[in-house]
Amino acid sequence: MRGLVALLGPTKVLGAHDDLLLYEYDGAVDTATPDAVVLPESTADVAALARFCHEHAVPIVPRGAGTGLSGGAIPVEGGVVVSFARMARILEIDVSSLRAVVQPGVINLHLSTAVAPHGLYFVPDPSSQKACTLGGNVAENSGGPHTLAYGVTTNHVTGIEIVLSDGTVVRLGGKAVEDEGYDLVGSSVGSEGTLGLVTEITVKLTPLPEDKRTLMAAFPTMDEASETVSAIIAAGVVPSAIEMMDQLATQAVEASVHAGYPLDAGGILLVEVDGARDGLEDARARIEEICRAHAASEVRVATSALERERLWAGRKGAFAAMGRLSPDYYVQDGVIPRTRLPDILRLVKDAGTRHGLQVANVFHAGDGNLHPLILFDSRRGPDELERAKAAGLEILTACVEAGGSITGEHGVGMEKNCFMPLQFQSSDLAAMRRLKDAFDPPGLMNPGKIFPTPSRCREFAFASTAR
Amino acid sequence: MSGPVPMPYPNADAPTQEMIAACVHCGFCLPTCPTYAILGVEMDSPRGRIRLMKTVWEHRLGADSPGLEDHISKCLDCRACETACPSGVEYGKLVEGTRSQIVAARSRSPIERVVRVAAFDWLLPHRQLLGGFAAFSIAAKRLGLGTLLRATRLGLARRMADLLDLLPDRASSAPLAAAPAIGERRGRVAMLQGCVMGSVFGETNAATARVLSRNGVEVIATVGQTCCGALHAHAGERERARELARRNIAAFERSAADAVIVNAAGCGAAMKEYGWLLKDDPAWSARASAFAAKVRDATEYLGDLGMSEKPGALRGRVAWDDPCHLLHGQKIKEQPRALLAAIPGLDVVPLAEADWCCGSAGTYNVTEPDLARSILERKVANIVRSGAETVVTANPGCLMQIQSGLRQAGANVRVVHLLDLLDEAYRSPR
Repeated sequence: MRGLVALLGPTKVLGAHDDLLLYEYDGAVDTATPDAVVLPESTADVAALARFCHEHAVPIVPRGAGTGLSGGAIPVEGGVVVSFARMARILEIDVSSLRAVVQPGVINLHLSTAVAPHGLYFVPDPSSQKACTLGGNVAENSGGPHTLAYGVTTNHVTGIEIVLSDGTVVRLGGKAVEDEGYDLVGSSVGSEGTLGLVTEITVKLTPLPEDKRTLMAAFPTMDEASETVSAIIAAGVVPSAIEMMDQLATQAVEASVHAGYPLDAGGILLVEVDGARDGLEDARARIEEICRAHAASEVRVATSALERERLWAGRKGAFAAMGRLSPDYYVQDGVIPRTRLPDILRLVKDAGTRHGLQVANVFHAGDGNLHPLILFDSRRGPDELERAKAAGLEILTACVEAGGSITGEHGVGMEKNCFMPLQFQSSDLAAMRRLKDAFDPPGLMNPGKIFPTPSRCREFAFASTAR
Repeated sequence: MSGPVPMPYPNADAPTQEMIAACVHCGFCLPTCPTYAILGVEMDSPRGRIRLMKTVWEHRLGADSPGLEDHISKCLDCRACETACPSGVEYGKLVEGTRSQIVAARSRSPIERVVRVAAFDWLLPHRQLLGGFAAFSIAAKRLGLGTLLRATRLGLARRMADLLDLLPDRASSAPLAAAPAIGERRGRVAMLQGCVMGSVFGETNAATARVLSRNGVEVIATVGQTCCGALHAHAGERERARELARRNIAAFERSAADAVIVNAAGCGAAMKEYGWLLKDDPAWSARASAFAAKVRDATEYLGDLGMSEKPGALRGRVAWDDPCHLLHGQKIKEQPRALLAAIPGLDVVPLAEADWCCGSAGTYNVTEPDLARSILERKVANIVRSGAETVVTANPGCLMQIQSGLRQAGANVRVVHLLDLLDEAYRSPR
């Protein structure tokens, strides 16, 4: 502690017990208290911190806004949490090259707001975009509703500055679309802070679409809603987003934002098409027709920007609105082939029932990226979280067996690292480990994440031997 | 840690575990919190403060810990986080509950005890006393006491000088008179006179009554009313706030009006929560809830009722600034904007971060002067950038704070209460 204060000054270091208690959580369920918190104001601060930690073999855990859903910012092995809250400046907006250079603490939506006067935006729009930081988006390779047409964070980042565990500052990529040699930017995006500390990001900006059409369709059951998703895509229409929500989720959302979703629907789809104005009406009509052919009881088209915002506000506030149904939730992020939606959704419900827990679903249906929200109440005892996690494991196992994966956009973190063997053989994991070692030989960067750890994953040993 | 066993919450005003559990720590509130924007630490964010409240219940932190007091004191209680929260966390109730526990748990210095008694028991509930004090302070200010105090270079003197700066150049403590409905009677209301409104902004009270009367609303006099107790509740003095609430409820019950009109957003927000304040008092809880249901902000009441007579034209570029306890505390957004738009001739320009606190926040500019100043500077910069010649708002604290910030920045911008502006428009030729 004293060394850190001497190195960086008292205003950039927190060490009091009361303060550290408030860096033990993020948006998910796992907690661990750090030994210190550092609030750097420059790349030089970060490099100095890395050198210090390297010398004293102290783990470093980066933190953006703490909205993450896989425990990525939790110091599970202790050490220093690095909060990027004070590195939150937009350094450059280069309109002619369609690029912006930002510090990692910039809030996702603030970037889009800042470039809007130039007719541009930053495409990845996670539901937490009002609060989450671009550094966190890079760490988790975040998605959002519009990944269906436009891709995830890695498709919108062309360069980074990264501080390695020995304090070396490295610039990877730049404003160009493609670099020669290995795609090191691509390797770093989604590395969950396990390779180094990203201190600057060069992102792609995209011209705002000329126009949009946003539809809300209500179906009697989730089956009809699911079949509609596949039918829309089979018809050759590529919406920019197709989101689905079940009745339980709809109830929580309506209590919170009054988005106008019908409460009696078994399943709701939110579909958006955007782009050049020509052809949008045809796409809208085609989607509406497909919805009605699949027994939609209601199809509503947003007639104003305000109405569109309301429809989206419901979807984007959905996770947090769960607080109205239950004090805690454990959210899963499994991905499945879209065509398997109906049977896997049934399986999700069964997993909840088996463990005596309610599950709400609100997810990126177009990508087959599920988000079952397993509701529990930790005040009833530690057993509640254990049961939620057991239900979660059953759901993820089913996703992998259906040919999918354990995470779409939330990251592995410390929440699913034990489940990695469900999806990867030990040789796969060893190859990934060699990549990490090349960046971070002493293993100080966000330890205990992504890779299964012997101490925490003992009970999951079955998974690694199952293949 | 303060000791081997952390002190639990001392009494039933503690923030309830049920209300704390509504927070799912998603972090959506962080970017809307002015103190988080400045300090950038979790402890000074709404999510962090709720976590602090939770750790006391978990016996990991004492109700008397200095950290808890520090971070809960730094909260503006602006409640912007409530507007941002998808889970419906009632943060205002949580933070006021926590403050009451800190007051009960921590021993105060003799000086602080005297200041609390003087402010909360003598000045605020006694309009004549407060009016006299305000008039004396304004006279002293005009005689140059501020300059004198600053010349001493003492910290305390400088803070007193800052306080003098907040005062307007003229005060009016004219008592609120009844007003008949002009034309067809559309309503019969009582009005809160208010402590600060009644002793400094008496002219705004009169203007409010004139505008209501002009719109067919009879304003009846209500004797026996007192300060609403909002500042007491914000400062954790719930017992004192309850005493004032009971007196107000009894006084307004006697007046038998359709609605109780309040033109100070902070007071209205507090009075709408009288039911919560007195929930554990069986003799009063039902009466308090019935009373609270009748409370309306003046802009809310008039906006919902609709103006029966079109106001006259005014000139100039104006911007609306939301008082936090109107927008976030009472969720009133559209009505004041509609009223402003109804005045012909005005050029209403948008104000960036109109939903952001100005740093007044009850007594915040007294208790946390440095943070209050940073927050005020941000507000002033936004106002200057908007190009407005007049800023319109609806709360005495905001009026004084913003006007003093603009004056210090050398910006020639007038700050006016919306009801004063409406009154001005009604007097202006059509």
